[in-house]
Amino acid sequence: MYRIDFNKLRFLICDDNPHMRRILRTLLHSFGAREAYEAEDGATALEMYSHYVPDIVITDWSMPIFDGLELAQMIRQPESKGNPYAPIIMLTGHSEKRRVTVARDAGVTEFLAKPISAKGLYQRILNVVANPRPFIKTKTYFGPDRRRNINNAYIGPERRVGGEVEVMQQPSLLDKARSAV
Amino acid sequence: MTKQKPGTIQVKSFGDHHVITQPNPLRKVLLRVPESDLDDPVGRAEKALAGLSGEFKTWMAIEADRLSAAHAVVLRDGFTIENREELFRAAHDIKGDAATFGFPSAGAAAESLCRIIEHAPDLDQVPPELITHHINAIQAIVRERTKLDTAVMASKLSKQLRGVADEFLLKVNRDRPEHLEAILAPSIVPAE
Repeated sequence: MYRIDFNKLRFLICDDNPHMRRILRTLLHSFGAREAYEAEDGATALEMYSHYVPDIVITDWSMPIFDGLELAQMIRQPESKGNPYAPIIMLTGHSEKRRVTVARDAGVTEFLAKPISAKGLYQRILNVVANPRPFIKTKTYFGPDRRRNINNAYIGPERRVGGEVEVMQQPSLLDKARSAV
Repeated sequence: MTKQKPGTIQVKSFGDHHVITQPNPLRKVLLRVPESDLDDPVGRAEKALAGLSGEFKTWMAIEADRLSAAHAVVLRDGFTIENREELFRAAHDIKGDAATFGFPSAGAAAESLCRIIEHAPDLDQVPPELITHHINAIQAIVRERTKLDTAVMASKLSKQLRGVADEFLLKVNRDRPEHLEAILAPSIVPAE
């Protein structure tokens, strides 16, 4: 059985709503996290991201100045001096499937639609900790592999060309540990 | 905190893309514990959230008042870009927060209002009472929550508002297929 040592994780929360920030802070502290920095807009979050170098970013979508989508795009700059690989969990009131696709294409790692639950948040965090995906860089995209599953039955045109489809998976710690048992 | 080691990233190049892998920088925070481990972080967090619940009604009232204030500005000055944004954000926050605060029907009414703001081709052509009814309903649901039978009434009210709003949106978007598709698409959040 596995447990996350939240004590060693540093979070950046970005949400313009103070009530939601309070809820997130409460949940993270209850999980065991000690370090959770808070920003109320995307611009402040980006500054804090560079300064505090968080392990995981949890951001709202709809915010003033620039929003969570733009924040994700700014973090996912492969040439940036900061860390472009940090997991980004988008926690949002948007609940349409097309929004999930837009967030995914901006480099968001996990999508969590409100209303928030302790279980939903914990599962997203567990997923980014235990099952990180490789990153893909193309002319138009830099972010976590958007293919979560390999569909062997797929017969349409390949979007990625230049060789066999070879996805290098980072081994899941959970799978690795299970196979060792 | 966990730090990435530079120089450990591997890049494999293909014709039009690169696959980049790095050792999991968060590996150290995953602990193996015995099956008998009784720690329940989710249960602990749920209890902590329940501990906040005494504040939820106040928070909900603040959110509803923010929405009413944004609406008052729209009534006074019309739909400028800023006014529209603030009205949308206030409604959108209620849509996301209300169920957590124990007001799911207020969240449903706020979602309906968000859809109007997002999909109406011209907000100045939206019947003003359609927006006003949504805001009044949200205020009523929040203020009258303690009265008996209000949960059922609130649910009926929000469903009726959604019905009227959807009828309006389908009519005004009949020549805008991308909006029609979005309006008719099911939510990824399970219904109550």
